[in-house]
Amino acid sequence: MAEAILDLKNVCFSWKNSSRKLLNLPEFIVEQHEHVFLQGPSGSGKSTLLGLVGGILVAESGTLLVLGKEIKTLSNSARDAFRVDHIGFIFQLFNLLPFLSIEENVMLPLSFSQIRAERAGKTKLDQVNEVHRLLIALELEEQIANKSPVIELSVGQQQRVAAARALIGNPELVIADEPTSALDSDLRHSFLDLLFSECKKSGTTLLFVSHDSSLSGLFKKEFSMNEINIINN
Amino acid sequence: MINLLVRSLWNRRSTAVLTIFSISISVTLLLGVENIRQGVRGSFSSAVSGTDIIVGARGGSLQLLLYSIFRIGNAPNNLSWESYNDFLNDKRVKWTIPISLGDSHRGYRVLGTNQDYFKYFRYGSKKKLEFYEGGSFSKTFDAVIGSEVAIKFKYKLNEEIIISHGTGKKSFLKHDDRPFKVVGILKPTGTPVDQSLHVSLEGITAMHIDWESGAPPMEGESLSTEDIKRLDLKTEAITSFLIGLKSKIHAFSLQREINSFKEEPLSAIMPGVALQELWTILRTAEIGLRVVTWFVLFAGLLGMMTSLLSGLNERRREMAILRSVGAGPGTISFLLIFEATFLSLAGILFGLLLLYITLFVSQPLLEAYFGLFIPIHPPSFKDLIILSIIILTGMLMGLIPALRAYRQSLADGMTIRL
Repeated sequence: MAEAILDLKNVCFSWKNSSRKLLNLPEFIVEQHEHVFLQGPSGSGKSTLLGLVGGILVAESGTLLVLGKEIKTLSNSARDAFRVDHIGFIFQLFNLLPFLSIEENVMLPLSFSQIRAERAGKTKLDQVNEVHRLLIALELEEQIANKSPVIELSVGQQQRVAAARALIGNPELVIADEPTSALDSDLRHSFLDLLFSECKKSGTTLLFVSHDSSLSGLFKKEFSMNEINIINN
Repeated sequence: MINLLVRSLWNRRSTAVLTIFSISISVTLLLGVENIRQGVRGSFSSAVSGTDIIVGARGGSLQLLLYSIFRIGNAPNNLSWESYNDFLNDKRVKWTIPISLGDSHRGYRVLGTNQDYFKYFRYGSKKKLEFYEGGSFSKTFDAVIGSEVAIKFKYKLNEEIIISHGTGKKSFLKHDDRPFKVVGILKPTGTPVDQSLHVSLEGITAMHIDWESGAPPMEGESLSTEDIKRLDLKTEAITSFLIGLKSKIHAFSLQREINSFKEEPLSAIMPGVALQELWTILRTAEIGLRVVTWFVLFAGLLGMMTSLLSGLNERRREMAILRSVGAGPGTISFLLIFEATFLSLAGILFGLLLLYITLFVSQPLLEAYFGLFIPIHPPSFKDLIILSIIILTGMLMGLIPALRAYRQSLADGMTIRL
């Protein structure tokens, strides 16, 4: 079996001036091409875990391998670069910069990551074509044609643009942090369907984080924060 | 990246424009005050160009400069015609201009002199006086008026004017029995010449004939104009005189000689030195003015920092998004510092534009109404230093929000808190 995307062992984290541990993970592994559902209520350490994986927080102890790389050994700026090279993010709400167009929002990671820019296309034109392909696959053809400003998009449409941005340039991992909690249930399912099919197409691993356990049925693999984070036990 | 910055700024354009505007107002004020200061100094110096020494009765040097050139204040005493003649024929002297003051016309000073005034007097960059209409005085009761006097009272050639005794605006003692005739109008000079009426020394003497007691003669006792014309009008005293030297080397020795003149207590000054004295007095006011403008600038920059800081909270989301797509905290700080620099630079450019527009519009007005000529020239080296200090301060002001954004984006990470 190929190398795991995420391989966390005995990872502990607490804020510098606090003695209270926020996270104590004996083990958490996500294999390549998996679609993983991580369920947990707020305050269960989800955001901390994502911060650690994204290289914004640094673990106190334990090993934290992302694509086989120990995040801790990287410098601050190397961590920022590593994040954009290999991970795409989708947040709960307001993912987009209101002053950029739909396409420019999607292309943002390309200006920070050489690797993803090359994967998206050799020339600027190829890259724009790739952006359009993704947006059309995510059913936003009409909005590109109309050149709709980002702020005029519905929440569901905004989340799909965010998904396109997370997927552009085929990062190995897409982390979706409560991306559907602002959507109603019909939209939720259609959004997930689109996300799944795009991830499958590009072979991207998906880590889907939500407090809403009703979605877990759509995933083959599921973790619960309460089980993996032994701090709460 | 720059594109990102510009677009982000465009999104907040109303605040950005206000910030730029407040900085540019400060820049305009700061450089404008500097320009006016130079203009004032320039117009003072331009009123005495070419004159090497000014001589008057013993008194303060600044006082002598002010009354003989700028028609401000009065002479403590007169000096005798004999003394004047002593120096008139000195080998080192190239020319002299006698000046006799003490009378006025509707608030404007009357200056008694001779033809040498029109021949030798220089102003600005060594320019000669020129006539707009008519010519110099030739008869006792002829007068040549400055441009401002002509414009203000709409005087034309051959108009008769009455000169008042003393220098008050409302004088009750008038030489109304001996009117003068306008024979010449001078072109504008931007110096006190514009505000003067020039008559011959004989005219001054003629006005005062039989005013022995300093009061007008009793009715019926005064001589008629016709009688006066037949008299031999000798000048006995003048107020001061200007000296032009053949060589400036002699300025100090001649000045010393005049100051220690045995026959009569005299004062000799070099206009440049006396002007320096004037600047020393005015410096406090200048400094006060400059401090105020620096504060205005400081307020403008503070406003920029305030708008950057308050914008920071709204922009937290923007920062988090940028972090999620790979921007480090350093990049985000850079964006903020760059923004501050850009805003101050734009403020400066707009301020310069505003300054030059104001200067071009106000230059003719200031010259016409106040006789103040403000030269327009590109920013001096000193101005450029001031401007770079502003940009530097702007950058530093951007550093504070940048540091905060740095810390904030470290703490916020990629989770967007609402």
